[in-house]
Amino acid sequence: MPISNTDRILLSHGGGGRRTEELIKNVFAKYLANPILDGMDDAAFLGESELRTFFSGGAGRVNGLVFTTDSFVVKPLFFPGGDIGRLAVSGTVNDIAVMGARPIALSAAFILEEGLKISELESVLESMSATLREADVQVVTADTKVVERGRGEGVYISMSGIGMVEVSPPPSLRRIEPGDVLIINGPIGLHGLAVMLERQGMEFEGKIESDVAPLWGLVSSVLGPEIKFMRDPTRGGLAMTLNEIADATGLGIVIDENLIPITPEVETVSELLGIEPIEIANEGKVLMVVARERADEVLEKMKMHRHGREAAVIGEVTDSTGGRVVMRTKLGTTKIVSKPVGETLPRIC
Amino acid sequence: MCLGIPMQVVEIDGDIGYVESGGVKRKVGLMLLEDVKVGDWVIVHAGFAIEKIDPEEAIGTLELIREGAGRLDIPEGQKGGDS
Amino acid sequence: MNPYRDPEKFRELALQLSQFDAGRRIRLMEVCGTHTMNIRRFGIHNLLPPGVELLSGPGCPVCVSDNSYIDQAIELTKFDDVIVVTFGDMVRVPGSYESLESARSAGGDVRVVYSPLDALEIARENPDKKVVFLAVGFETTVPTISATILRAEDLGIGNFYVLPGHKLIIPALEALLSGDNEIDGFILPGHVSAVIGVEVYREVLERHKVPGVVTGFEPVDILMGILMLLNAIKDGRFLLGNEYSRVVLNEGNRKALELIWRVFEPEDTPWRGLGVIPMSGLKLRDEFSHRDIRSVVHIEPPPPREHPGCRCGDVLQGKIKPDECPLFDTVCTPDNPVGPCMVSSEGSCHAYFKYR
Repeated sequence: MPISNTDRILLSHGGGGRRTEELIKNVFAKYLANPILDGMDDAAFLGESELRTFFSGGAGRVNGLVFTTDSFVVKPLFFPGGDIGRLAVSGTVNDIAVMGARPIALSAAFILEEGLKISELESVLESMSATLREADVQVVTADTKVVERGRGEGVYISMSGIGMVEVSPPPSLRRIEPGDVLIINGPIGLHGLAVMLERQGMEFEGKIESDVAPLWGLVSSVLGPEIKFMRDPTRGGLAMTLNEIADATGLGIVIDENLIPITPEVETVSELLGIEPIEIANEGKVLMVVARERADEVLEKMKMHRHGREAAVIGEVTDSTGGRVVMRTKLGTTKIVSKPVGETLPRIC
Repeated sequence: MCLGIPMQVVEIDGDIGYVESGGVKRKVGLMLLEDVKVGDWVIVHAGFAIEKIDPEEAIGTLELIREGAGRLDIPEGQKGGDS
Repeated sequence: MNPYRDPEKFRELALQLSQFDAGRRIRLMEVCGTHTMNIRRFGIHNLLPPGVELLSGPGCPVCVSDNSYIDQAIELTKFDDVIVVTFGDMVRVPGSYESLESARSAGGDVRVVYSPLDALEIARENPDKKVVFLAVGFETTVPTISATILRAEDLGIGNFYVLPGHKLIIPALEALLSGDNEIDGFILPGHVSAVIGVEVYREVLERHKVPGVVTGFEPVDILMGILMLLNAIKDGRFLLGNEYSRVVLNEGNRKALELIWRVFEPEDTPWRGLGVIPMSGLKLRDEFSHRDIRSVVHIEPPPPREHPGCRCGDVLQGKIKPDECPLFDTVCTPDNPVGPCMVSSEGSCHAYFKYR
């Protein structure tokens, strides 16, 4: 049954009345349905039995909960390699996963713009649903609002999530020591570049697709006390994450340009546009700080996972650079890697 | 002041052409060049091919490095006229 | 593998450079922002022997544009029927009062493109808007603007305009050398020279007895350019060299030069730090003056002003190094730039900050 003869979002879809009900029943439920969400309660009840279901894969011991929230306003809604739905789930799941925690429940709040095509909303939800399955987690509570045309960009999604920590001790900046090894799970710069090229209509043809992916599966396959710290290098890219680690620990970092995985396409477009790949956002990458003696083992395990096939050791933590992030270039010279500034813009100079 | 990178011409359609490098293809303006051919390497700046790259000169310059082990010098006006 | 990035060749040259015995202070100036950037990206600034200094001259079009240009662009964003299209370089540059970034947040339609041809496309897609491209850059970029204007004429796209802000390199070198600068040699800009050639530098460089070498942008190119200059300077020999001969012809790119002069003609123009330099800028010829946005939109920006402490102008002339400016890394940082040398990623101050 189509929603009362309209194929676009109307303000009345957010009114809380019959149209809202229809939108939820006919569109949202189609993709996000699960026993808890179907209860249509004002809040999700996570009783012992629900928790046990979600927690089935765990070690049976609770080391702590993590709780995260994020908003997704990407423009355009659909970009090569992904869309806002996949991005929202992946972003939230990854923030939980890098804490060493299994995502157990997510919330989703949708802010829809009047006039949005319902078919587009369905595409977003379908992609969300597939990503949820991939990450083995559900949306247990949700909300929808509609704003007037011109006050949004089609769809904004705000998402929160809870996770249960499955490792002891949990990863923490405080555990990082000189000598620890840095591992990344694959080529950098794909997401930010894919979105930028699409948004600016830059018309570069080539395989530059967002790496957006939920990484709990990958993380859980290597999780152990030897993983000292993890972070997903999103906005600001690897350069930002490395500097955050250096700032927080007071330790230095040395990375080797030759070791950083990068595709020829990202390398070429970065050169053309005068931007640094290590400053570009990723949405399917995790940087791990690993105890040196276990690094090879972790790397091998990562390579067996589909999101870690091109994993690589890229450098190490050190106390010899005065707390700076230093890159050994392909030429054998060294330079400081500093924090990127603001939005990445293409330049001609 | 002017970022430009080498790319290879793979297609020409009048004043517009396609160039490729590292698996990336881009439409560029060819209005700045005379008799450019498919297969030529060009310097791409701001969506235009601004000049062709001469493969022989490219090698020639590099050879000077070897010769000049202790002493590097390239004669003036090494490259004259069109090539 | 690009041989001009070969680490082994690079090491060979780096060794030569580090063993070079200058015997005195030698100051080389690069006048191209891409050189400034790459010297630091590749870590070449850490390889210089004692006595040899690299100065960053007025090679960044963003940095040398004085505030009044940005102020005019910002005025344009206030018209509902104007779309301002620009290279990304210009977006964060602070004018007298604000940047294009902040003008955009105030509701202005500001778009970033990679090519002026993309701006023409925007004009075609928005026939009810006036689409103005911020035409900045040196001789490398000018012919791309000329070609785009001619294409707009051919295709009958009447709503494509430019705000001319181009700069020419030779008058700038003349102005620099006539001032009280101690510059011993110029690393000449590879891609500008691809258009204007090598010989055009001879008169001004010979008269001031300062050697120059047209240099490419790969790591091996830059080291070769520097070594050629150092050897000539040490011998007290004048040299006008061309390290980048695989791209740069003595006489330049004739077709590109024709395009420049078919659409533009020289005029006096103000440079940041150098003042008004005669015949160093470009305006549209009468035949094309209808493509200047100012022919259809009347803009009157408030009087330009400069931050009193900012020494961007002195940095551009090589009079001081970025870290000698009292604002550097105190109030002026890439996150909160006071002057254009800090905002543009190829600006000397930004490059200094980023790759210290």
